[in-house]
This record gives sequence, C-alpha cells and structure tokens, in this order.
Amino acid sequence: MTLFGVLGFTTPWLLLGLLALPILWVILRAVPPAPIRRMFPGVVLLLGLKDDDQITDRTPWWLLLLRILAVAAVIVGLAGPVLNPENETEASGDGPLLVVMDASWASAGDWRARISALDGLLARAGRDGRPVAILRLTNPEPVQFLSSEVLRTRLSGLVPEAWEPSADSVSRAVELLPEVRFDSYWMSDGLNREIRAPLQAALEAKGRVTVFESPRALYALEPARFEEGKLNLTLRRLREGPANEVFLVGHGPDPAGNPAVLVRSSVAFESDALSAGIELALPAELRARINRFEIEGIRSAGAVSLPDDSLRRREIALIAGREDREGLELLSPLHYLHRALEPNADLLDGALMDILPANPDVIVLADVAKLTGSEQEELTQWLEKGGMLLRFAGQRLAASDVSRETEDPMMPVRLRAGGRTVGGAMSWGEPKTLAPFGEDSPFLGLPIPGDVTVSSQVMAQPDPTLADRVIAQLTDGTPLVTRKRVGQGQIVLFHVTANAEWSTLPLSGLFVQMLERLAVYSAASTPKAKDLEGTIWQPAMVLDGFGVLRDGGTLPGVAGEDLIQAALGPDLRPGLYQGEDRSIARNVVTPETELTPMQWPANVTVEGLNRPEETPLAGWLLALAIGLLLIDVIASLALSGRLRAARANSAAILAAAMLIMPHDAVAQTQDDDALAIAATADVVLAHVLTGDAKLDQLAAAGLRGLSDSLFFRTSVEPAKPMAIDLETDDLAFFPLLYWPITTDQPTPSAAAYAKLNTYLRSGGMILFDTRDADIAGFGANTPNGRKLQALAAPLDIPPLESVPQDHVLTRTFYLLQEFPGRYTGRNVWVEAAPPDAELIEGMPFRNLNDNVTPVVIGGNDWASAWARDERGNPMVSLGSSFSGERQREIAYRFGVNLVMHVLTGNYKSDQVHVPALLDRLGN
Amino acid sequence: MTSTVTQLRQRAQEEASRFPALLARAEQLAGTVLLGEHGRRRAGFGDDFWQYRPMRPGDSYRKIDWRRSARGDDQFVREREWQIAQSVQLWVDPGASMRFSSNKDLPTKADRARVIALAAAVLLIRGGERVGLTGWKLPPRRGDVQILRLAEMFSEDGEEDYAEPEARGMLPHAKAVFVSDFLGDLDPVEAALTKAADRGVRGVVLQVLDPSEESFPFQGRTIFESIGGTMAHETLKAGELRQRYLDRLAERKARLQSLCNLTGWQYSAHRTDQSAQSALLWLYRAMDGGHG
Repeated sequence: MTLFGVLGFTTPWLLLGLLALPILWVILRAVPPAPIRRMFPGVVLLLGLKDDDQITDRTPWWLLLLRILAVAAVIVGLAGPVLNPENETEASGDGPLLVVMDASWASAGDWRARISALDGLLARAGRDGRPVAILRLTNPEPVQFLSSEVLRTRLSGLVPEAWEPSADSVSRAVELLPEVRFDSYWMSDGLNREIRAPLQAALEAKGRVTVFESPRALYALEPARFEEGKLNLTLRRLREGPANEVFLVGHGPDPAGNPAVLVRSSVAFESDALSAGIELALPAELRARINRFEIEGIRSAGAVSLPDDSLRRREIALIAGREDREGLELLSPLHYLHRALEPNADLLDGALMDILPANPDVIVLADVAKLTGSEQEELTQWLEKGGMLLRFAGQRLAASDVSRETEDPMMPVRLRAGGRTVGGAMSWGEPKTLAPFGEDSPFLGLPIPGDVTVSSQVMAQPDPTLADRVIAQLTDGTPLVTRKRVGQGQIVLFHVTANAEWSTLPLSGLFVQMLERLAVYSAASTPKAKDLEGTIWQPAMVLDGFGVLRDGGTLPGVAGEDLIQAALGPDLRPGLYQGEDRSIARNVVTPETELTPMQWPANVTVEGLNRPEETPLAGWLLALAIGLLLIDVIASLALSGRLRAARANSAAILAAAMLIMPHDAVAQTQDDDALAIAATADVVLAHVLTGDAKLDQLAAAGLRGLSDSLFFRTSVEPAKPMAIDLETDDLAFFPLLYWPITTDQPTPSAAAYAKLNTYLRSGGMILFDTRDADIAGFGANTPNGRKLQALAAPLDIPPLESVPQDHVLTRTFYLLQEFPGRYTGRNVWVEAAPPDAELIEGMPFRNLNDNVTPVVIGGNDWASAWARDERGNPMVSLGSSFSGERQREIAYRFGVNLVMHVLTGNYKSDQVHVPALLDRLGN
Repeated sequence: MTSTVTQLRQRAQEEASRFPALLARAEQLAGTVLLGEHGRRRAGFGDDFWQYRPMRPGDSYRKIDWRRSARGDDQFVREREWQIAQSVQLWVDPGASMRFSSNKDLPTKADRARVIALAAAVLLIRGGERVGLTGWKLPPRRGDVQILRLAEMFSEDGEEDYAEPEARGMLPHAKAVFVSDFLGDLDPVEAALTKAADRGVRGVVLQVLDPSEESFPFQGRTIFESIGGTMAHETLKAGELRQRYLDRLAERKARLQSLCNLTGWQYSAHRTDQSAQSALLWLYRAMDGGHG
C-alpha cells in the first residue's frame, strides 16, 4: 500500500489513468450532442428553412468539467483509497496471532466496538498473511489457527458470556495454548482479577502480548433490597469520574399482561463516587409485578438485576375472634402475629367478607370458632384456588362445638370438648415440650429451643386420617399443628393460641421459622446454603451476556447449595431459579462483587479504542461519480431542450429526487397536497373503506354511477369518487361520505372519531347504509344494525327521526317520497326537526331545520342501485324489468336530492318564503 | 374464421367504447349552450306560436283564431313562426397531423376538433337542422340517430399526413363547417372554398392548433418529423428557426382569413389549451349569424 499522508491506495498504479483526462476533454469537445427526434405537424412550415450557421452548439465547459470530474472520481475510486490506513509498523509480526478475549459481562456494553476493533485487527492480519485464533476465557475451546478471512465471517457469532472467567477456566485456557510461538492480543474487559497473572506469564512466554482495553465507563447494578417499605437499589461504576446521571428502569407486565416499563428513575453519581443509591417507594401491587431492573441503555448482564420472591410481599389478613380487650396489647391474640409478619408482609385488617374479594394470600383466624354459611362458602372457593387458612385455637374454639361430632370443613381435624391444661396452677404435670419434627413435616430440620413449652391445647379426636395430618406434635404425642389440603390450598391449625396465654411458642424464634416454612410469608433474606441442601432448582429464565432474558427451561437443574455458593459459570448461569414454592435469583453483580480497574504491568502495551478507524473511500468516490453522471444526464437533457418535454412529467423527476433525498416527510406532504388538490378541484363524493374489498369496489362503483347522474342531470359535475381511510385521510374536503356497514369492519381509533366529529360539526354529511333493508326496524336487531350502533356510539349525532313528509330532502331537486336503493326499505332517518317547527298558515311546508342533517341512516343498499361499471352499465340487477329500472331511477333521484341537499343546504326550504316575497314585491 | 369474427367483434367493442365517450363529452359540451330551437323570428309556416295580429283584408276566415277573437270585438289571426330546416355539412380533418398533442394533459387536435364538431351537430340537430358530412358518405339528415352516425364517422382516422378538404356533394345554399389545423397545402382548401362559394354555400372555418405549434418552444439540435413520418426536417439550432416559423404561420393564417373574406365564410383559430366551450359558442353564433 502506498501512503500519502493520511491517505493510502491499494492499487496506486491505476492513478496513471488520470493522465488520460486531457485527451478525454478534447474528444468530448469535438462530439456534438445527439439530435432529438420530435413529432411535429408544423414541420411543413419549416421545410426549406436553413440554419444561419452550420456550427452546432458546443458542449459547455462546465458540463465537460462535470464529466471529467466524474471520470476522475471513478479512476481514483478504483485505485482503492483508504483514509487512516492501519499503520503496519504498529503491529508488525509474521507469526500466528492469538486473540484472547475475556468475553465477560463487563465487555458486553461495548461489544460492538470491540468486534469492529477485532475486525480491523483481522483485516490487518489478513493483509500480512498471519493465521489467527480466538480464545474466549469464559468458555475456552481448543486453539486452532485459521486464516483471518474465515474468522471474520464468524465474528458476528462471537458473544460475551454473562459470567466472568474463573480460575478453572483460565487454567484450562493455559493448558489449551498451542506449542508453537505466537503473538497475543488480549481484549480485556478492564476488571482486575488475580487469575490474569498466570495467563499473562504463559502468553509472554510464547511471544509479544498487546492488551486492548476500552476506556469506556462500566456500570453495574446490584440486586434490589427491600428495607422499611422501600426498594433500595445500588448502582456502581468501575472508575471514578465526573458527576453524571444514568436512568434505572424496572420492567414488568402491565395490568393487561404486556411487557412495559413500570418504573423509570434517574440516578445521579456524584463526582468521584463509585456508587450511587436510589430508594423507590412503590405500591406493593406494582412492586410485585416488576420482574427486571436494568440501567437504561447499557447492554450488559451486569446492568440487569432480577428480583426474586424476596421483593414479593404476601398479603395476610388477620382476623381475631374477640377484639373486646382493647388496650391489653400483649394479650391481644394477634399481637405476636403482627410482630412476626409485619416486616415481611402486607397485613390486612377488616371483616372476613370484606377482605375475601381482595384475594389475600393467607387468612389468619385467631380463636374464631363459628363461620357463617356464606363465609364458609366463599372461604372454600378461595381455598380451592390456593388460599391458605391459618387457624389458632383459643378459649372460644375450645368452648364451642365446632368440629366436634363431624369434621368441620374449615378444620383439619375433629376436636375433643374442652381441650386440656397441663402444668398449670390447677392441673397436674409439667408443661409439655415439642417433639422433634417428623420426616414428612415441613418443619423438618428446624432447631427446637428448650424453652418452648405448651401448657394448654385443644385436643384432636383420634381419627384414621389424624396421623397424616399432624405436622408437629408434643413429646406426649398429642398434635400441636395439623394440616389439611383443600383443593390447591390448605388449612393449618395451631392447637394453641396465637398469643402467649397457652404456650411460649409465639415468644420464640421457632414460631417465626415455622411461619416461614409454611410459606406464610417469604423470607426477606436469601436462604443459607445449608437450608437448601438436597434441593434441586430449575432455571426458569437465564441472562445472556447482553442482559437479555432467555428461557432456561432446557438447562439442567442446579443443586440448592450450589445455587447459593458456587460462582457463576456455564453450569450456573445468572437468572431466576424455580423451587418448589419459591424462586431465587442469581444476579451477576452482588454487593460482594469487586469492581476495580485492572492495572497492567508497565511492560505490557495497552491499546484503547481511540485510534481512528480505517475508512475505505472507494465506495464514496464511486457514489460521487454516479451522482455527477446523474447531474450530467439532467444537464444534458436541459441543454438539448429535452427537459422541456419532461417538465410535464416533473412529478417523476421530483419523485426521483425524493428517492435520492431520504425525506419521507416531504413526499408525504406532497401526497397530502396531491390528495387535497384532487379532492377540492371538483366536487368529490367519497366512501369510507370498510376493509371488505368487494364492498369497497361496489361503493366506489355506486358513487361513480351517482356522480355520472349528477354530471348529466344537474350543474353539479363531480370528479371521480374517492375512497377514504378514516385513520389517515383528511375528511374536510368531502361534502358527503358514504359509509356502508359490515359486521367485521374495524372500529376507528379515537383520533379518527375526533376527526369524524369535527367533520360532522363543520357541515359534513355521512350516509350510513346498513345494507340489510332495515328489516328489523331502525338498527334494532340485525347484525349490521348492531354494528352501526357500535360504530356510531362515539359520534356526535343529534336526535333522529324518520324522514318527515315535508323534509327538504324530499324536494331539493326531484319531488320524492320514498328513497329506495336495492331495497325499498321503509325508513330513512335524518336529524329530527326542532320541536317548535310548526306549519304556518298557507305554507306548504313547515319551516324546518336550518341546517343540513349531519347523518342520513338507512338500510337500502343504495350503492348497489347506483353502481355502474366503466361503460355505464348497471352492475347489480334490480327488481324485474321495468319496475326495477324505475326503482333504480328513483334511487338515482334520491342520490341527486341528497347531494343537492348537502351542497345547497336549506335553499329549497327557504322556497316556502317565495310566495311571501312575491307578495311583498307586488305591493 | 372464428378468430376473425372475434377480432372484428373485439375491435368493434373497442371502437364502441371510445364512441360513447366522445358522444357523452359532446353532449355535455352541447348542454352548456342550450339555446333552444332557433326560430326564424318571423311569421311563417311552423309549429310554434308566433303572434296574434289583427285580421287584415285578404286573410281567409279559416285563419281567424276564434278563441282569441271571442274575447273582444276585433278579429285576430294566429300566426306561426316561420321555421325552416337548414342543411349543415361538416368536414373534420381526419389527417394524421391532427393526432398530435404536445402535452399529455392536452387533448389531441383531432379529439378537440371532433368534440366541437359533434357538439355543434348535436345543437344543430336539436335546433331542427339537418346535419351531415361533406362528400357522399353521410348526407344531411335530422334526428338523434344522425348524431350516432356522425359520432361513428368521426371515430375514423385517416391515413394521409395532411388531409384535403372534401368539397364534393355540397348542397346548394347549405351551410358548411370545416375544422382542421390547415397545416397542409392551402391550394385544395382554396379550391374547396371557392367551389362552395360558387354553389352559394356559406360556412365557417375553424383552425385548431396545438399550443406548441403556435409558440414553437424548441431548442437545440432537432429532427422534426410529421406524424405520418413522410416529412422530416433537421436543424442544428431549433431556437433560431422560431421567428421564421412564426412568420410563416402568421402568413398562413392571414391567407386563410383573406380566403374566407373573399368567399364570405367566417374564420377563427382555436388552441387546444383553450376551452372547447368558447370555440363551440363562437361556432354556433357564427352559424346562427349566417342565417340572418
């Protein structure tokens, strides 16, 4: 490649062609422009006329210059100019080249820039004939040196992973390094890792190492935490920098289930701060719907955090049997429940029947004995759908007859009368302690504190099912907690009170843990690895390197302890994992993640993204040449007078110009103007497009027939009718819209309705045609009638009446009393006359409405009666022989009257004054 | 066999589809000039009432209008307007030179000439005249069917580049209308007009020209060809021929005008970018004026 400053040429010898330009100049000057052949009847008058001088018009110098420039542009373009060509001394070398990529989430943000830098590198290697291999540290595969051209085709398939290279993968990468000597080019993601050192040493042992690092700011988002009713989110950045602002968005389904941005908020980094926090106070319902937080505009898995169940707060309704002991808080049956649940759940208070419609997750009944029939019914329905009813015993329950003889549907077991008291002042024995939890108990594994004692309880009747239903018992084998499943829900009974009256259980930490195990609420903190031992979690959604959620259904499950402890990698991808009754999210960046910039040793060359890119100019120059030749074409046409003929077709040239200029808006206005001019140059009837092609065609033909009739019979000379799309076209130009109704036409948008209403208010008229002969009376029960009612509901339509005998529509041009189309339906509806219109003595007509009726509604299928094809033949046969033709004639007369009514308004109505005027003139 | 019949029928349909359009436009144009039947404005033999006049000596009793006379003491005679049907013969240039328009928005000269002539024919036939073509093809007749026949005749195109006026078959003292661009040789025109004048035929010459023929807006090296392709003229600088061309055209118009003056005809020029209605009005007035 030859270099001229910042410009280089791949084939510089082609530039010799520039020497030919002066010769071309001479040749072009010598050749006159070609003659035009022109049809011209007046040629007779030209015969014998001689030209004054025999020298033809020369091609003007500027046109020649234009052509020479075009040719020069072609020659220079073909010589392959390159702006800022890669300097070869910069990365000289001839051995194989290994590109090592961190390919972690941290490099996803500017992945595109990295790939284009890599592309440039490969192009350079290709020119030098060096084989290249790519090694991704996040997913090392055997190194294979290939020609750079092959690799360049694979670049688009190269993606970053959502995790960071681990010690394992790096050591595997070191093992995979080939035996031969090679230079390395390390595309680092900029994060400091201890594992870099061994790899660096290994690479340096093989050849020169160049490091590429992007100077771009790196942002990361930590998982959301729920504290004191607010969501806390922390954003971090890699390097300290000036103050700036990024936007945090929360995505989730909107109430209709479509993905939407539910919350968007700006987060400001102060200057030199590495992290910034934001508190979001969101309604519980909205919070529950958020399924992803991300930093707006950053494509990286590190900028995404997935909330799991820890953000989802359950709604728990607390209902106590007695609220009469006001002030005795510690004795209140709900006090300990309140204290246990409040931090992690939303509590509802109120009557049972008021709360049920809110569909709480859990209903707690503390010492409630009797439930009314309807309460029971509703509760059962709620249970069937997955509700959880948590009951506590107490004085009332013990004293009542509930579930005594037969098992109450709202109780897990039958109860003995009275319960029992042990270890009290008036009873024998010691207070009982809890027995270890059984194998199939949900409480299995919870440590039992020694100070939990039970002094009173309600006793379960021994039943065949009892053993299955006990999930916790006392040391003497009596049930403490029993459970029964109902549909998808369950009923759990604590055989003690919810306060400390009967036992010390509510005072202990065990109580809270038991409630958690029962999934009464979900824990705010991520469970410990030990808690999840032996469980398997299925990935539901996983993140790729760019932070896009993918379905994880095809990935294998993950052991519970790994899910909590293990580092992210190909086997444990960041994402949302689903367990039996809860989900846990693994996020890329956690508060423990270290974000520090990598400090490379001084002996390593570090490159940035800031070098100017190599830009081939050949394409631009060739495009310039084509542009110049196009101008030359137009200029030549103009010079030889051919453009004049084309001026009539200037629209076409304009369109060509539009093609060159990417300016849709201009073309759009042109189109609009063309429509406006076409619609206003003459009277134009219009019909509304229904989406039914056949019907639209018929409507157009109908209006054509009507237009022709008007043309022949009246002074109204309409142009070709137009089809109107309510959504896009301007209605203001049309005096009359014909709107045939089909059952399946789309309902116009709100904007279209606004346009229609403006149209109706400003004097337009719509002729609605249900085309069903109105067999059921006005709009009542035909499908088209119902559709019309639905369509017209948002329209601003005045009260209607059936056309009265003296309506001006009956006499605007022809005298008519019926308005048939294809059908001779009875009623046609127009705006009602004002109630005070009355017949003046001696006048033939009432002094009727001063305005044009904005709508005419009927079902006679007028378009079919009017329809004529291009040759003027009727398209739809009507009735039999003569009577049909008569009917068609009357239909045309109705159309003529209608258009006359629209165009002349109340002119004919004013004719009633003519006798009075004549009378006055006569005197 | 079938194919020729089919072809013939298809062509006939194509022709017919053009034909109502011409007719419709002509009728539409004629509709703008509805002047009613033009009577002779004097008493005579006709159907329409003209006036009552007091009875004069010499009037026969049969002529007395008794109903009118019974209202007073005088006797009145009911006179009818004198109506006479006139024969009008049309010639519309069928030559190829007429099938030219410089702009696709403009009608061809032939189209305009036919519409005007047919509209005039419609008006004249409604006015009770007999209308036909010069020559032997279609002698003057009255009635709506004649309009159809005329329209059919007008739909035929001639082969030659510049047609000569047909002056045969002129009825004595009839009226004639010649519509053409008169760009061909003027001698046959002169011969035709003189022959007509000899037979006492008065008439109208309407010269229909395209705007480009009046303005000659051409530049640069050009080969001009006639529509039929029989004539061609090449020039290197079309722009410089303009003045000389216009002079020749003016000379030609002047010659036509003087020819008309000599023979008692009327002459007017019409450009296709002007409204057809004004030309029709002029034509109709010129015809009417001729009735005197």
